[in-house]
Amino acid sequence: MVSARASGLPRWVLVPAAAGALFIVLPLVALASRVQWGSFWSLITSDSSREALLLSLRTSAAATVLCVLLGVPMALVLARTSFRGQGLLRSLVLLPLVLPPVVGGIALLYTFGRKGLLGETIDVLGLQIAFSTTAVVIAQTFVSLPFLVVSLEGTLRTAGQRYETVAATLGARPTTVLRRVTLPLVLPGLAAGAVLSFARALGEFGATITFAGSLEGVTRTLPLEIYLQRESNPDAAVALSLVLVVVAVLVIGLVRGTRGVSA
Amino acid sequence: MTLRLTATVAERDVDVSLDVEDGRTVALLGPNGSGKSTVLSVVAGILRPDAGRATLAGTTLFDVAAGTWVPPHERGTGLLAQDPLLFPHLDALDNVAFGPRSAGARRGAARETARTWLGRVDAAELAGRRPSELSGGQAQRVAIARALAADPRLLLLDEPMAALDITVVPAMRQVLRTVLRGRSAVIVTHDVLDALLLADHVVVMEAGRVVEQGPTKDVLARPRSTFGAGIAGLNLARGTTDGGGVRTAGGLLVAGIHDDETVPDGVAAVAVFSPGAVGVHRERPGGSPRNVFAATVRELEPRGSQVRIRTDEVAADVTAPVVAELDLAPGTEVFLAVKASEVAIYRA
Repeated sequence: MVSARASGLPRWVLVPAAAGALFIVLPLVALASRVQWGSFWSLITSDSSREALLLSLRTSAAATVLCVLLGVPMALVLARTSFRGQGLLRSLVLLPLVLPPVVGGIALLYTFGRKGLLGETIDVLGLQIAFSTTAVVIAQTFVSLPFLVVSLEGTLRTAGQRYETVAATLGARPTTVLRRVTLPLVLPGLAAGAVLSFARALGEFGATITFAGSLEGVTRTLPLEIYLQRESNPDAAVALSLVLVVVAVLVIGLVRGTRGVSA
Repeated sequence: MTLRLTATVAERDVDVSLDVEDGRTVALLGPNGSGKSTVLSVVAGILRPDAGRATLAGTTLFDVAAGTWVPPHERGTGLLAQDPLLFPHLDALDNVAFGPRSAGARRGAARETARTWLGRVDAAELAGRRPSELSGGQAQRVAIARALAADPRLLLLDEPMAALDITVVPAMRQVLRTVLRGRSAVIVTHDVLDALLLADHVVVMEAGRVVEQGPTKDVLARPRSTFGAGIAGLNLARGTTDGGGVRTAGGLLVAGIHDDETVPDGVAAVAVFSPGAVGVHRERPGGSPRNVFAATVRELEPRGSQVRIRTDEVAADVTAPVVAELDLAPGTEVFLAVKASEVAIYRA
């Protein structure tokens, strides 16, 4: 048990702390207690459930790849350079983290939608993004990108530039330094950031339903499916919710694992 | 390769001008914060000076007035710091192979070069180890091999032995003596032994300025700066090895601690000890095993709270009350004693 005396904390702090922990754990227990274990397997393998789960996994994986491709260079620029307006840029990058997802979805609609900022350009290219699977990936990338950037920027700053400096004095060009020194050194941080982004993408709801809609097999991801099933088939909603809880627990385990290796 | 440097770094109040002749090693001495490491950073291209220019073997490294700036990786200036900074994700061999690989060598060829260099610093058996499995001394040997394997035109060493366990310093100094021979290098140090044994030339810095420079022997024999005086005046006996000591041309045997016990007798060597380690007596002292030399006081020289007693060969630092108590004056016959454990012996 916690030994409050040894840590120097006043004992009463344990009471609200325990209440807080209970507040997080209790709903999960409640959820698990409502699962119909007899029909659990058939509920999560029904056609609509399977389709939603597979779509979620596919789009989240694609969003994670996009986050890595865009987020690694962003984190590098934020951690390794200094320029006027960098603080502002860093705050803007964090914006999707605190923005209500539905607002993000509307913003995306007015960027990539048919009447949006880039709508005509995209029309010319013969593409239709809004209400497509691509829109799901865009919405997920938009909300997940900050997780990767923030996580990786922190790791880059902690790692420092000393090894990079040594590599340069050994004759390595900047690209070689990045490939052979910087990225290998921050790999655990990058992995943790990617896993967090994947988890955020998997749970994404508000931006997706606003920007991509809820077309079965095209844009109806697992969170949307759960929301819809809640009315018609609560047992299925509970079962699918449990699946997402298990995924979330796995993600936390993975992140802790990669952090543990880096420590 | 010859280095010619003038540089001003306003933020750190450093303003220096310094030359390193081809194949020579320059020791950069000075108190902490005097700007020694700043100079190395400027030469290596890690720090941009506010003014000045530098050329290495005739090619420009930077020229602030002309707006020229060669990035670190194109300078050919190897940098070895206190901390070995071996890449933690690579084993010792691949750390050393990093330079050749960066220069475009294939993996096999780069590893071949790396093996050769590891051998030259007596670290061949460490090739497969990860940096986390190396001791401080072993890691620094690998770091030296890595710096040299990159084939630098100028080697910059920033207190390379300061973080090492004192017991491995003599062996490391021997390694550096071997690899620095005939190579252009700048070594920042605050240990006068490094200057004496590794460098041909000494530059003393104080408060960001060069206050003194010249051939090592001249600077240490006749220092003009405060710091130079503080570090100089070490007792140095040249001769040949004889058992556990050095036999000088005058027949004096100085016993000491050898950095390499396997050296046979009759090899040229120097015994070095600080005047502070020398005790002055009017009667021949007995007791613990030590070196005792009969000498005549030639000169008394006040140095702060101490007085330096000069004799024909050995100098000793004592406090003023001791001078009074022993009634020391030029011409006084004395016995000078120094413990063997205070005497460092090196191959010359």
